[in-house]
Amino acid sequence: MLRIHYADYETLRAHGEETYPNECCGVLLGKNIAGEGNGAAAVNHVQQIVRAGNTRTDSAHNRYNIAPQELVKIQRQARALGLDIVGFYHSHPDHPAQWSKTDFAEAHWLSCSYIITSVEQGKAVLTNSFLLSGKTEEDKTFDDEPIQIDIAPNVAEAAAHNQKGQA
Amino acid sequence: MNIHIPTPLRAYTGGLETVSVAGTTVGSVFQQLTVQYPELKPHLFTPEGKLRSFVNVYLNDDDIRYLPNKEETPATDTDELTIIPSIAGGTNCRP
Repeated sequence: MLRIHYADYETLRAHGEETYPNECCGVLLGKNIAGEGNGAAAVNHVQQIVRAGNTRTDSAHNRYNIAPQELVKIQRQARALGLDIVGFYHSHPDHPAQWSKTDFAEAHWLSCSYIITSVEQGKAVLTNSFLLSGKTEEDKTFDDEPIQIDIAPNVAEAAAHNQKGQA
Repeated sequence: MNIHIPTPLRAYTGGLETVSVAGTTVGSVFQQLTVQYPELKPHLFTPEGKLRSFVNVYLNDDDIRYLPNKEETPATDTDELTIIPSIAGGTNCRP
């Protein structure tokens, strides 16, 4: 399962709208938490998202690539925060929020989450997450992954307060 | 020198993010890494012994593929190696 804060979830979706009609991309920092009990799924708990540049300026509307040197810096940043790279996100402009053959072929971070947001006519629509499962390049698969969105108490309270005010 | 291991490969270093490996060149350090942690080898190299195309290795801020001396580049204890698999993709369905 992927667990992410509402603010980060909205931010990565907005990133896709911002770069439309091109693809956006970024990195999810957090912790992989082992599942509790027999057979329980692990959780990739996102605690920070980092925007990255798309180096595929030749075909940015349907391809993305994060420069390895930028990834090295992001991994360094994660280490300083006591976090790990637990996944990545990118957008699919005018295309479903489903992984493509290209996404699969270019996915190499086993046990990490890959979030895809469909952006239709500039508006973020669906956001899905896929876990890259398997132990090797040869047996890897993309599995549908549930997303748990956390809402901080102060945000929930503010929302409740606003609703009360409108009542 | 210290070698930083990406999340997916830490299963083969006992969960360690950073491992310390002795060696005088980038190549010898990398070779020693796979001696200390043999399970890493198939994830880093093809059966023919070449570094997998999607595996990037950085000496500090430099891709070792583009260093003038490549694997023969001297390595010191204060240098850092970072293994970083590539990240790419996209819909790739339209011209």
